[in-house]
Amino acid sequence: MAQDVLVVGELADGQLSSVTEELLGAATRIADGGKVSVTLLGSAAPGAAAGAFAAGADRACVSGDAAYDEFRSDQWLAAVEAALDQTGAAAVLIAQSGVGRDLGPRLAFRRNTAVAMDCIRVENVDGGLRATRSAYGGNAHATYSFATSPAVVTVRAKSQDPIEARAGASGETVELPAAAASRTEITGREAAVAEGLQIEDAAIVVSGGRGLGAPEGFKAVEELAAALGSDKAAVGASRAACDLGWYPPSQQVGLTGKVVTPDLYIAVAISGASQHMAGCSGSKTIVAINRDPEANIFKSARFGIVGDYKAILPELVNAIKALD
Amino acid sequence: MHLVVCAKQIPDPETPPAAFRIDSAKNEVIPAQGIAPVLSPFDAQAAEAALRIKEKAGDGKVTVISLGQESAQAAIKQVLAMGADEGVLLSDDAFQGGDSYSTAHALAAAIKKLGDVDAVFCGRQAADWDMGQVGIGIAEELGWPVAIIAKDAQADGGSMVVQRVLADGFETVKMPLPAVVTVSNELGDPRYPKLQQIMQAARKTVTTWGPADLGVDASEIGAAGSRLKLEKLFQPESGAEVELMEGETPAEQAQALAKALRDAKII
Repeated sequence: MAQDVLVVGELADGQLSSVTEELLGAATRIADGGKVSVTLLGSAAPGAAAGAFAAGADRACVSGDAAYDEFRSDQWLAAVEAALDQTGAAAVLIAQSGVGRDLGPRLAFRRNTAVAMDCIRVENVDGGLRATRSAYGGNAHATYSFATSPAVVTVRAKSQDPIEARAGASGETVELPAAAASRTEITGREAAVAEGLQIEDAAIVVSGGRGLGAPEGFKAVEELAAALGSDKAAVGASRAACDLGWYPPSQQVGLTGKVVTPDLYIAVAISGASQHMAGCSGSKTIVAINRDPEANIFKSARFGIVGDYKAILPELVNAIKALD
Repeated sequence: MHLVVCAKQIPDPETPPAAFRIDSAKNEVIPAQGIAPVLSPFDAQAAEAALRIKEKAGDGKVTVISLGQESAQAAIKQVLAMGADEGVLLSDDAFQGGDSYSTAHALAAAIKKLGDVDAVFCGRQAADWDMGQVGIGIAEELGWPVAIIAKDAQADGGSMVVQRVLADGFETVKMPLPAVVTVSNELGDPRYPKLQQIMQAARKTVTTWGPADLGVDASEIGAAGSRLKLEKLFQPESGAEVELMEGETPAEQAQALAKALRDAKII
């Protein structure tokens, strides 16, 4: 049964962000012939509408007000509510990002309805939304339905496939109001981004954990990543390693960090707590290097080495160099 | 200042996956034998954030509220031992089986009843369901601003200045009080109570409030107030068997891995 779906779009470098394309893909599937709308907010929004139509939107709800460039949830909430009123959508999809973590619950509480956070599967069952998410640190999965409308879902990045781009597709454009005043003043912002290849974009991610024993252990991890190719491999870290101050929080892989889905994920001295696996379990191949043969990480890995990383990693660097 | 900390008691998130069981008929987690429930770790950090503000101000009051069963007294006592002044337990059968909506509704009603609250601190998410909604829900119910995923919070006159963790950096926001803050692990380790504080906390009385004390409608709390319906709780299937690299020496193991990855056309 068809249902109308609203996607809360996010922009990156003036374009539709990749997760927004994924959400539009999911929206097209669960709409089942219903109308797919997308909100686009910020100075780059008018220029991003064509990309949204190509990615599956039938209608773009747009405001080019530059006040939306920085995310303030009270301002965005008002804009999304306006889009909801205009579209009458029965389901709202938002990325599990800095935007969705804040806006998802706010929108649901404001509209007296429910939100399921960080979902990895969304389905249309008899015209109603079903959403599945991981809980208890990945030990359980929970599938929810919604007693109220609209059903609000935040969706984990890279859990959904975008549709094949519909080149030249067009759609309806609706103007959203400019931003109202915010109660929250942003007084400072500090970027903490690693130089070069980002872990979300890398084909290979090599991550280190608490088992490295000291921050110096990351040197060996970085050398392995370099041997695999600085244009392909990036370095990540477990939350435990970040909490200890051994590696920057921007490189954290896990439930409270980033979700990565590389072709190859090499976990070095990481026990594989479910909070970590939530960030890397979508990798095509997982390799575990750990001293403890009972470590949970081996349950998710395709290849493993039981041993001390200090001895293994330099040899692995040599062995990889010897391949070429 | 009157600061409120919301604390949830949860199954120990460090429970080994092998000890994790689900009752699929009831859609419930079966508590692991011999592993005591704990205060959700992010809530301990929320308490730490509130206590730091009280200490810096040199006066004020911290009240800890928990919604849960009688056993949640232990979570309240832990925050009292850390230095909170008073504890309130929302415990009644009518509160049970709720979702984030009905939980936030009841907690917001309790905060209203306290009356003179300047700020509410919650963990960024409870480490069992990992939803991360209740703090934001309380703010919406009360009509207060909220800053989520904080690594630092400072009271500044009639405002709260919060340093937030973003995916690509940090952001400092200033919002008028009263307000809600949700706290992340980047705040740092919470304090360990001293033995004397634990003994003092054990003697403190925890106030228990039910739905009638809060004046909330029974249809808005617990299972009756839930907007989200759990259809199915299940354990995901685990992946394939791991292939461990053989070798007498680290060099041989490393060479075997490099070859296996090349043979599988992964590198």
